[in-house]
Amino acid sequence: MSLLSVENLSVTFPLREGICQAVREVSFSLERGETLGIVGESGSGKSVCVSSLMGLVPRPPAEISGRALFDGVDLLSCRPKALRQIRGRRIAMIFQDPMTSLNPYMRVVDQVAEPLRLHRRLRPREARHQAIAALEAVGIPDAARRAGSWPHEFSGGMRQRVMIAMAMITQPELLIADEPTTALDVTVQRQILDLIRTLQRERGMAVIFISHDLAVVADVCRNLAVMRDGLMVEHGPASRVMTHPGHPYTRALLECHPALHPPGEKLRIPPELMVAGGPA
Amino acid sequence: MSRGYSLRRDALRRLLRNRMAVMGFVLLLLMGTACVAGPWISPYRYNEQDLFNTNAPPGREHWLGTDELGRDLLTRVLVGGRISFAVAFAATSVSLIIGVTYGAVSGYVGGRTDDVMMRIVDVLMALPFTLFVILLISIFERSIFLLFAAIGAVEWLTMARIVRGQVLGLRQQEFIEACQVLGYGQPRILFRHLLPNVLGTIMIYVTLTIPGVMLTEAFLSFLGLGVQPPMSSWGSLLKDGVAQMEDHPLQMIAPGLALSLTLFALNFLGDGLRDALDPRRSEARR
Repeated sequence: MSLLSVENLSVTFPLREGICQAVREVSFSLERGETLGIVGESGSGKSVCVSSLMGLVPRPPAEISGRALFDGVDLLSCRPKALRQIRGRRIAMIFQDPMTSLNPYMRVVDQVAEPLRLHRRLRPREARHQAIAALEAVGIPDAARRAGSWPHEFSGGMRQRVMIAMAMITQPELLIADEPTTALDVTVQRQILDLIRTLQRERGMAVIFISHDLAVVADVCRNLAVMRDGLMVEHGPASRVMTHPGHPYTRALLECHPALHPPGEKLRIPPELMVAGGPA
Repeated sequence: MSRGYSLRRDALRRLLRNRMAVMGFVLLLLMGTACVAGPWISPYRYNEQDLFNTNAPPGREHWLGTDELGRDLLTRVLVGGRISFAVAFAATSVSLIIGVTYGAVSGYVGGRTDDVMMRIVDVLMALPFTLFVILLISIFERSIFLLFAAIGAVEWLTMARIVRGQVLGLRQQEFIEACQVLGYGQPRILFRHLLPNVLGTIMIYVTLTIPGVMLTEAFLSFLGLGVQPPMSSWGSLLKDGVAQMEDHPLQMIAPGLALSLTLFALNFLGDGLRDALDPRRSEARR
């Protein structure tokens, strides 16, 4: 049985002018340890799709239909208590903006430790101990000392690492990453991607990785899904989707990715941008 | 790992570094102690008249002199302080307990619940306050407790609105979504994650509330709806003092000074608390 199998998921929002079908009849499945990338431009429904799985889409007003079986439990129709048993314990999620996804009034170590205290009923001391270890594992230098800091004392990349540590601390079987690198600059983006990939391999965790950047997703994920206007227009192994896209929209997405220059070619700098005395 | 971890311990440390706040706290403590213990120690009772010694100037016998009925002014100011402090305490606890909880739940649950809860607040708020007090007095017997009840019934409304607004804004933030995704229950999210973020605003509003209710009590007493003579409060003493202002200014200055000092102290303390409760205001900037 698949770890997660989503069948005919639809999410609609009633609007004054009618209804907005944010997600239409999306189906996909995910095996244990598998990585799935979902790409699409903004507004294509990729975020709503996973948010609805996590119960983050309030209903009403939204209407959600279909099924999402996680290890046999339907996330869309199960009781709140059953959902709480799964959320944070077996499925974790990280968000786009690390600047606002940590509680500014709580020390970093306490935030990372809280899932353990709640889900594993650990004592404060033990939870903190493990939280510091988790911070070390995501590459926070001098974790034992930095753990007592407040979120505002961390940079964006560091905060995203903290978020990852917090999400992973209960050893979830599935990690949903909703554009985790979009708000970060390119070098930090690379580090975070490497970190997610390493942790995924070490722990055999399944990952759903959402991004609008095909290159980023193709790098991390074995399987790719492309969404547009709430529809999943393409779904398959990343290597196949990247080289032989079946849907014209995927082709368009691939072509519009800004390639700076073919490999081996020198970078062309417009003469007016050249600094006097710089490389000619 | 040796550092304190809780916000509370950290806040206390920051508060103790703020000299003005500490001064305010000490002053408040002194004033409170004097009001509670003073009348016990004093050789006079607040309603003890000495008609041969009216409007006496300050001296060895009467440190602040006596009023027009020969009652010891210092004793009356201290007894009046009890009323003012009690009113302030009652209003603050009501607005903290009822107002904060009500507003937080309303803002966090949202939807129709929020609508209903806020309309109730609107209705209560629309009641003209003075009329409300007169109504209470005509239904029940006139007593100090009515004063508390009236002020308490009204004071939590604004607090509920403020807290609701803040929570409504914070609810949209990603860290609250993160809490939901981590499987935290609603009470945990509300009280452990949302409310600490609102504490600063709550503190500011409390420091605004206290002077407000002290003045409200003075106003009600002035209208004869609050404290009745011979009982005293800072408000009623001020009213009596104003009548004697030209010949015996001390009778106005003494309760006025007591009231102003207390309000000053409260403001400094409140300011300090707000700063101390916000971890983003680091010590370095002080």
